[in-house]
Amino acid sequence: METQQQARPVGEVIAKYPKSREHLISILQEVQGEYGYLSRDSINRISEYLGLPSSKIFGVATFYNQFRLNAPGRIQIAMCRGTACHVKGSLNLLDTCRQLLGIEVGQTTKDGVFSLETVACLGCCSIAPAMMVNGRFFGRLDKKKVEYLIDTWRATGRVEE
Amino acid sequence: MSRVFIGMGTCGLATGAAEVRTAVEKWAAAHGMSIDITPTGCIGYCKAEPIMDVVADSGHRVSYSNVTPEVAGFILDEALLRKNFKLDGLLGQFKNGKAPLPGIPLIEEHPYFRKQVKYVLRNCGVIDPESISDYRAHGGFAGLERAMGMSPQEVVQEITRSGLRGRGGSGFLAGKKWDLAQKSEGTKKYVICNADEGDPGAFMDRSILEGDTYSVLEGMMIAGYAIGADEGIIYCRAEYPLAIERINKAIAVMKGEGLLEKPLKNGFSFALRVKKGAGAFVCGEETALMASVEGRRGMPRPRPPYPAVAGLFQKPTIVNNVETMANASHIMREGAESFAAMGTATSKGTKVFALTGKVANAGLVEVPMGITLREIVFDIGGGIPGGKAFKAVQIGGPSGGCIPAEHLDIKIDYESLKTVGAMMGSGGLVVMDEDTCMVDMARYFTAFITSESCGKCIPCREGTQRLYEILDSIVSPYSKMPDEEANLLRFNRVLNMESLAQVIKDTSLCGLGQSAPNPVLSTLRFFRKEYEAHIYDRACPAHQCKGLLTYTIDTNACTGCTLCAKKCPTAAIVGERKKAHYIVDEKCIRCGTCLDVCRAGAVSVA
Repeated sequence: METQQQARPVGEVIAKYPKSREHLISILQEVQGEYGYLSRDSINRISEYLGLPSSKIFGVATFYNQFRLNAPGRIQIAMCRGTACHVKGSLNLLDTCRQLLGIEVGQTTKDGVFSLETVACLGCCSIAPAMMVNGRFFGRLDKKKVEYLIDTWRATGRVEE
Repeated sequence: MSRVFIGMGTCGLATGAAEVRTAVEKWAAAHGMSIDITPTGCIGYCKAEPIMDVVADSGHRVSYSNVTPEVAGFILDEALLRKNFKLDGLLGQFKNGKAPLPGIPLIEEHPYFRKQVKYVLRNCGVIDPESISDYRAHGGFAGLERAMGMSPQEVVQEITRSGLRGRGGSGFLAGKKWDLAQKSEGTKKYVICNADEGDPGAFMDRSILEGDTYSVLEGMMIAGYAIGADEGIIYCRAEYPLAIERINKAIAVMKGEGLLEKPLKNGFSFALRVKKGAGAFVCGEETALMASVEGRRGMPRPRPPYPAVAGLFQKPTIVNNVETMANASHIMREGAESFAAMGTATSKGTKVFALTGKVANAGLVEVPMGITLREIVFDIGGGIPGGKAFKAVQIGGPSGGCIPAEHLDIKIDYESLKTVGAMMGSGGLVVMDEDTCMVDMARYFTAFITSESCGKCIPCREGTQRLYEILDSIVSPYSKMPDEEANLLRFNRVLNMESLAQVIKDTSLCGLGQSAPNPVLSTLRFFRKEYEAHIYDRACPAHQCKGLLTYTIDTNACTGCTLCAKKCPTAAIVGERKKAHYIVDEKCIRCGTCLDVCRAGAVSVA
């Protein structure tokens, strides 16, 4: 994930898209990819660019699960809550994460290191329970493994590539 | 040069396939040999990942399971240097034209594969999904060529004759849909491939897209030719980055070869692009999907007009699922007859299922229609691990239902599944054992639907929320009731649960709402006793509903080691060292930590 320092201005990021509503979701995805979230300012810029009211853009951004309106942590934990993971106890693992990090789902730790969210299904049900951290998949989890992983990331402050 | 295949789908990568690849490269460098490493998609036996295949000098391809970087070096030592293929983790050898290697079983004789019929998945885990020449060598694009030799009407007839039904869930005849779109007037038409596999617990489409990318794109081109469309859109979930990357690469290669955006025979030209979904379950519904492609909130609209008449941007459009598209390319190549020869009277061909949950061999299975559920779960899936008892299979995701043990001999096809209140769905098969609480499952699915409901129509938006509240009150303990009235209200709500579910089913606008109460209705039908235990006894027989559990310490067995007290996150355990400990129930959050850490086995839950 790119960091704030390297980020280009919003105008530059979205300039390659034609000015039509059809591309709104792609634009939002691109902007979130660049900044990690959709700030109020970027939404206003997109609104000017496409000539759409910002309320419409908020409407789309809040409809889809992918979009985030707050800055995420450096390490983003997405716990899978699919059926297979649920049957294999992912709710307990989510509780473990909540207790260890001291945050609720959708929040970021005060130091800005961790953020916790859930995802409907990662599609790797055969290695359930699973989670995705900064785009990397971790499967066949149990409580001990999650505790170990979070401790390691807390110590190093990053996820091994 | 020696050749090695490594399964590098998402599940392979998550279990360390990339490390295996590095190990093979290192081994080759150390031995001064050049090894051609081909990454493949998923072969479906996910439990055995990472899987590595070694090709002998004689051309025989032998497959090994659960390969770690250390084991990889050992396998290469034995297989390539000492010509010894009989090693631990051996899955079997692939069939090829030559006489098989003696003493090594064929991979299709493996218990996991014996009852499977690989039609759609034939190339997954076998070919390099990124190589168009590999795809061609396995018969790729022959279907498109055959189609282009026919008239568009003949192509539609061929698909109709095959009896192919939509694999996305509803089971609408693909040929009929194509026929409608073909007859619609207009010069601009669209083909959309629905790869927004939102069903939690399903990954068939991901595996096909990752393992046999070109077959889906070929199917879309055939559909485009048949209905007279010049543009195709693959609507793929953003959670599948590898699939999206491979589709984009494949499109670029096809452009380079002049297959896309260039007039082919009869003036037919076709363009393809990927549209990344943004995470909304309702976008699996075709009208919602089209709204999303147009850049709007993904909300369904009433039908008719059907998309085949007025779809994307009001133009005639067909929306087909990934598996349907892949099937279409194989049907066009091998003819409708061989496809129609498989399956039952009304359901032809094969179906891919994602077999997961409490089953020994989790993975992707492709079976002919008409196979029994028992064969899938016990013969292919290897039954329930840990000696536990089978309880039910959840089929069809949040729109489907649970099938209990007494219906295990049901034949899988679109119609017979409906008779037991379930549905084919897109192919998620989640196996549950005695430790799964059915009320909890119903509550889980209802929670999912509540958050995924688009909010357009009231029965779905409000109804599912109320349904969730009822289920939630069922699993809440008496101590959480603010007063006696709340407790009475709980019973009142429970009485109305079934009729509320029926109203949601009858009056919702789209398929999501109409099928939303299915998990509740089907668990109520087969597992009423479990509901009654929750409601009357406030007990969860499967020990899953946290609110209804009580943790206790057996004071005779407790050694007073203080471990549980130290680990308890809420300091709910009291007691002196070397004396029995007690749990303060009001403070206990039912996390189960004490049960996990107790070495004396003194903690019990009921």
